[in-house]
Amino acid sequence: MNSKVKLDDLNVHFGGTHAVKGVTIDFPANSVTAIIGPSGCGKSTVLRAINRMHDMTPGARVSGRILLDETDIYGRGVDPVAIRRRIGMVFQKPNPFPAMSIHDNVIAGYKLNGRMRRDEADEIVETSLQRVALWDEVKDRLKSNAMELSGGQQQRLCIARTIAVRPDVILMDEPASALDPISTLKIEELIEELKERYTIIIVTHNMQQAARVSDVTAFFYLGELIECDVTKKIFTTPDRKQTEDYITGRFG
Amino acid sequence: MNVMTSIDRSAAEQRNTMRSLPLRNTKNTIMTLLMGGALLAVLFPLGLIFVHIVKMGLSAISLDFFLHIPRPTGEVGGGMANGMVGSMVLIAMASLMGIPVGIFGAIYLSEYGGSRISTVIRFCADVLSGIPSIITGMVVYSMLVVPMKGFSALAGAFALALIMIPIVLRTTEEQLKMVPTSLREASLALGVPLWRTTLKVTLRSALTGVMTGILLAIARIAGETAPLLFTALGNQFWSSKLTQPIAALPLQIFSFAIAPYDDWHRLAWAGALVLVVTMFALSLTARYFGRSGHKN
Amino acid sequence: MSDVTASHRWKIEKGLSGDFIFKAVTVLFAFSILVILMLMLYEMVSQSLPSLRKFGGHFITGMEWDAVQENFGALPFIYGSVVSSILALLLATPLAVGTALFITEIAPRRLGGFAASLVELLAAIPSVIYGLWGILIMTPWLQQTVQPLLQKYLGFLPFFDGPAYGVSMLAGVLILMIMVVPIITSITKEVLMAVPRSQREAAIALGATRWEMIRMAVLPYGKSGILGAVILGLGRAIGETMAVTMVIGNNPQISLSLFSPAYTMPSVIANEFAEASSPLHSAALMNIGLLLLVITLIINALARLLLWSMSRGAARGTKL
Ligand SMILES: Nc1ncnc2c1ncn2[C@@H]1O[C@H](COP(=O)(O)OP(=O)(O)OP(=O)(O)O)[C@@H](O)[C@H]1O
Ligand SMILES: [Mg+2]
Repeated sequence: MNSKVKLDDLNVHFGGTHAVKGVTIDFPANSVTAIIGPSGCGKSTVLRAINRMHDMTPGARVSGRILLDETDIYGRGVDPVAIRRRIGMVFQKPNPFPAMSIHDNVIAGYKLNGRMRRDEADEIVETSLQRVALWDEVKDRLKSNAMELSGGQQQRLCIARTIAVRPDVILMDEPASALDPISTLKIEELIEELKERYTIIIVTHNMQQAARVSDVTAFFYLGELIECDVTKKIFTTPDRKQTEDYITGRFG
Repeated sequence: MNVMTSIDRSAAEQRNTMRSLPLRNTKNTIMTLLMGGALLAVLFPLGLIFVHIVKMGLSAISLDFFLHIPRPTGEVGGGMANGMVGSMVLIAMASLMGIPVGIFGAIYLSEYGGSRISTVIRFCADVLSGIPSIITGMVVYSMLVVPMKGFSALAGAFALALIMIPIVLRTTEEQLKMVPTSLREASLALGVPLWRTTLKVTLRSALTGVMTGILLAIARIAGETAPLLFTALGNQFWSSKLTQPIAALPLQIFSFAIAPYDDWHRLAWAGALVLVVTMFALSLTARYFGRSGHKN
Repeated sequence: MSDVTASHRWKIEKGLSGDFIFKAVTVLFAFSILVILMLMLYEMVSQSLPSLRKFGGHFITGMEWDAVQENFGALPFIYGSVVSSILALLLATPLAVGTALFITEIAPRRLGGFAASLVELLAAIPSVIYGLWGILIMTPWLQQTVQPLLQKYLGFLPFFDGPAYGVSMLAGVLILMIMVVPIITSITKEVLMAVPRSQREAAIALGATRWEMIRMAVLPYGKSGILGAVILGLGRAIGETMAVTMVIGNNPQISLSLFSPAYTMPSVIANEFAEASSPLHSAALMNIGLLLLVITLIINALARLLLWSMSRGAARGTKL
């Protein structure tokens, strides 16, 4: 498998804390990679390094290389804004813009490119909402406020907003942890769909979820990458003892 | 299938994204500069005022300023001793009246009040603190000055107390709300009555925050001029009774500033320096209290 | 055994009565807020009655202010107050919002904190000191430098017409602007800090620049709060007395020119109330005070509602 995103000796420091320690890993294109590990092991930190989210955090230092199609996104002259348009992100809690309608939420990111025709916008909204299987539920109330949707619908709206920008990679940080089982299932089906077109990296605490949706699983512990392999192998015959302990719940 | 193709990233679209980026970044830079410029534009006149007060104040201030009362019109020299003492008297009296009302009112809001009535009182306190202080002066004039047949220190202090109350009430309430319920419950469980718990446990653990609020309220009334115009009135001399008009530093600064004599202007600058230094000292102390309170 | 219980009960009852007295005191003091508010309204209305009876609605539209003929109309003062406050707000709002944005969104944390405390400190300077600076430094500068320049290049406009006295509507507007900027800035800063991080991250993750993030996430979320801050600033400006009185020239006229002296509602009260020449004169001043009170009550109530709705919205946003 050819890789889409490559981390090469990635280190992240927050002031004195060394949160991510020398991580080297490949994320294959058009597939789902799950990142698992106990709380505080640096999963979110790794994920946020991939679209340069740490640029916003005072005191955060990132070193090492992250390659997106062979370009180092931390390289000289690389604009983080351009990077983030190619690497989208979905957060743990749904965070639609409360002052905007459903329609405007979907188009919010895409619109940044500049002016566009009305029908172009409508088309983007429709296709994006269809891809997240939300279109039928909201097509009659596109102008109503995004906060009127349920939590699960809001999260799918956020995913629609992300894919409307047409990124190559989608990062998801526990995207279903705030949702009920049915919404979770919908999100999982959606991830399955999306991997046709996108490279997806998902952080999750839910082992079954990782096993269900991912092709590759990476296990992190205390800021280090312990093991990364095909999901089936990780969940049946992992190489490392720590991985096995964690998967089987015998951890700590 | 149609859906699939339309969402594809076409080469043209990608070029478009990249083309618009420099423009967007330029806009970002321009707006950032404008916001930084706004900060400078805000700080510049304020810094200028500060520099003038320090410069003019320092050149005018002397020991006489603290020891003497104003000289008659046309004579050089004199000071604002009576104004400074008068202000202290007014502040002390206003604090005696206003602080207990504010604190106990706040205790009601945070410890007893039903949510509806508390919200109403809170709202009224916020609205009250936005009423122009000159109105407070007029009201106290018709409530106290007219019946007592004269301007007095008492009326001035009462007007200042009215201004203090909502400030103390709101800041105290904020502080009391931050005291964890577990602390109160621990004390109540030991059989300490609610009122003693409130005073000895709740209020005490919020004390630094409450002090901050009180100091800020004092800083606010120390500079108030308008509510004193028709209550304390001001006094060229020392006053010995609380039922007489009394001098106050802000009032003296006002009347000396609008008078046509250079020497009085100098005194006004000196007074301004004293007032500003006092207020800065008060708010820095308040900040210090506030910070040490947050650490705990 | 029963003896112990009895004394114990007695203690509880004593405690309860202590509680009762204590609660009664707090109730009394808490409700004093309502009493003060009612009392203010009552006093202002009852003291204005002679003027309300004599002039009625003409008080608001009347142009004359004649203490000798006992003919009182407040329009010039209302005009002065409204125009000076609104112009000051128009100038102050972009500056204050820009500053607050710079502090919360752009500046490194240290610098932002420092600038914020500076602004807060300056917000505490008493109005009489702004007035002192205004009358002794600013008005001479306006008279000698600014007004001649404006007249030279923009003198064809009616706004920059007439002789330069220094004390003028222009001076009033400028001093008010300088005074309300710190207030609006510090409240706007609070409002912006209440915007959840997740909103900013949502915009950034979509590939927004910092300014686009502000436009997309920060300002819309803080909209009502910022509006509240501006309206609160308006309330301050309308009620501001000392500084304006010292620089605006105190001449009851309605003129388009920013160079001509004007008069505001609080200023005329400050200047004339202590030496009102007749009962009707002082009732007329009370009537102006009543107008001012009603206006500021409405403005403040509106501002508080907006600010409260903002903080409640923020709470809902974090709770999800
Ligand atoms: N902004 C920050 N400032 C300081 N330290 C941070 C920051 N963000 C994360 N950390 C630290 O980095 C480490 C890794 O945090 P991270 O959020 O990546 O964990 P996680 O694996 O995502 O945990 P969880 O499963 O609970 O989300 C933790 O020790 C955390 O305290
Ligand atoms: Mg995490």
